[in-house]
Amino acid sequence: MMSLLGRQAFWTPLAFVLALCIPLLASRFYTSLATDVLILALFATSLNLLLGTTGLVSFGHAAYFAAGAYTCAILMKNHGMPFAAGFAAAGIVAGVLALVFGFFCVRLTKIYFAMLTLAFAQIVWAICFKWNDVTGGEQGLSNVPYPDLGWMTTIPGLGGMRVGEHYFYLTLVLVGMCLLVLRRISESPFGRILTTIRENPERAEFIGIHVRRYELAAFVVAGIFAGLAGGLFGIFNRGVFPDFGYWSKSAEVLIMVILGGMGQFWGPLVGAVTLTALNQQITSYTEFWPMVLGLILIVLLYAFPAGVLGTLVDLVGRRRGQTDA
Amino acid sequence: MDASFLFGQFLGGLTAAMFLFLIASGLSLIFGILRILNFAHGSFYMIGAYLAWQLVHILGPASGNFWVAVLASALAVALLGAVLEHFLLRRLYGREELYQLLFTYAVVLVLADATKIIWGTQQLSVSRPPSLAGSMTLFGAVIPHYNLFIILLGPVLAFTIWLVLHRTHIGRMVRAAALDREMLGALGGNVRRIYTSAFAAGSFLAGLAGALVTPIKTVVPGMDVEIIVEAFIVIVIGGLGSLWGTFIGALIYGQFLSFGILIFPRFSIFAVYALMAIILIIRPWGLFGRPLSR
Repeated sequence: MMSLLGRQAFWTPLAFVLALCIPLLASRFYTSLATDVLILALFATSLNLLLGTTGLVSFGHAAYFAAGAYTCAILMKNHGMPFAAGFAAAGIVAGVLALVFGFFCVRLTKIYFAMLTLAFAQIVWAICFKWNDVTGGEQGLSNVPYPDLGWMTTIPGLGGMRVGEHYFYLTLVLVGMCLLVLRRISESPFGRILTTIRENPERAEFIGIHVRRYELAAFVVAGIFAGLAGGLFGIFNRGVFPDFGYWSKSAEVLIMVILGGMGQFWGPLVGAVTLTALNQQITSYTEFWPMVLGLILIVLLYAFPAGVLGTLVDLVGRRRGQTDA
Repeated sequence: MDASFLFGQFLGGLTAAMFLFLIASGLSLIFGILRILNFAHGSFYMIGAYLAWQLVHILGPASGNFWVAVLASALAVALLGAVLEHFLLRRLYGREELYQLLFTYAVVLVLADATKIIWGTQQLSVSRPPSLAGSMTLFGAVIPHYNLFIILLGPVLAFTIWLVLHRTHIGRMVRAAALDREMLGALGGNVRRIYTSAFAAGSFLAGLAGALVTPIKTVVPGMDVEIIVEAFIVIVIGGLGSLWGTFIGALIYGQFLSFGILIFPRFSIFAVYALMAIILIIRPWGLFGRPLSR
């Protein structure tokens, strides 16, 4: 019987190789959908470092996504900076913002923590909404340029492709790298300490862990990766808008994490895929997608609180248990 | 800027504050007793508004009909709240807060689309009841009778809620449940029924606010999401779970909005959230609340 690690070492590269084939096999529409899913998966996974790993319920994670999106878009559109600079700056700005906001948030517990993250996110939203000179105000910034990906045509097999497909590959590689880094972080001793804090903050404090400092570190890391996801999304979306930071966006990404399963590292990825696929299917039948989403969420909360991946893992585990016995 | 203009601005802020108090007092009541931050509270407010419009539309615009419509809408929303609490929310009490939050958010999504399906997306409006259709001049500022009524209704309702909580049997039970639910249960109190009643009462206040706001604001989709964040700000300022804190919080927020627009027109929304954040940082339990021991 293959160990859990063995299975992941097998599945992760396989998923990556399959993803590489998407632009070759699927239409442009599905390639663009896959880009969307990848970016949302990174956003959701960054939130799960707080939610699933550390046990912190942030209701304002969209703030860092928006900060990254605006940073990257403003640098590329208004200052003509290259993508690499914009992308890096997205992570840095979001990280600094998370450091400042997180410094105050980790001092509070439970519902107050959630409320303060919400308040900070609304501040970011209000700035994006009103600071017309820099953020474009209510209208946002449209026509954000694509990065110059002409060099990709020199790679064999990618010559005849369009910019959207090139952007998919760029996203795939960057998101893949970010997810691997996040995975390393959550499996590292640092990640283990975060889990200890989730399980029992008092005991963590007793054994000499500086709980607030670790929570702040987790908050900053989650903010950086949310910012990177935002940077990628602004370009993919060809525009950035104040809604990126609104509280309902924070709720959406929470739903994604719960849908996939916050107890699993790959849960948010599964959540992003599932939610996007459902959205595609359901919006072709009805305009009332939010209602369907609400009903899905209610069923999930009552029947499958472990989420899609969590429930699958439980099922497989139970079957294994039966055959072993 | 003369004095009468400023006074008019003050009255505008006061009217807004009283609506916010109505909504936020229900939210605060529910938080104080059930320890649940109810995102669907804004949806209850919106449903109250739509129901009031529907009833006025059916009954006709006479004064008596308006009040019947307002009361009936608020009661219907209370019933909706009781049903949701009894059949769904109750099952989540033992679970993590996140699940409760997400449940109330799911209710927001479902109710928002349900109102769109039933009433469409156009703006609806209700005219003021004929008995309060006039207006009067106070210190040079013109104020409609209806707004004056709302300004007077706020303190009256606040006092009524206080009386119910402090001078009746059910009120004592409710406060006991807020302090220590296990102990109340052990002493033979029916905690489940108290929870349902508190949730229904909170929903009633949201529905009442929604129904009463119809002559002043148009009824549109999206009013739910807009108001809930404002109600959060009010209860954070006043202190989660504190009645008089909510009242003062609403007054502060109303004036903040009303004069903030004059002083820093572009950044008044920003300033409001900054105020919320600062209060959470300095006194997470608000200006008038008490620190939570749990």
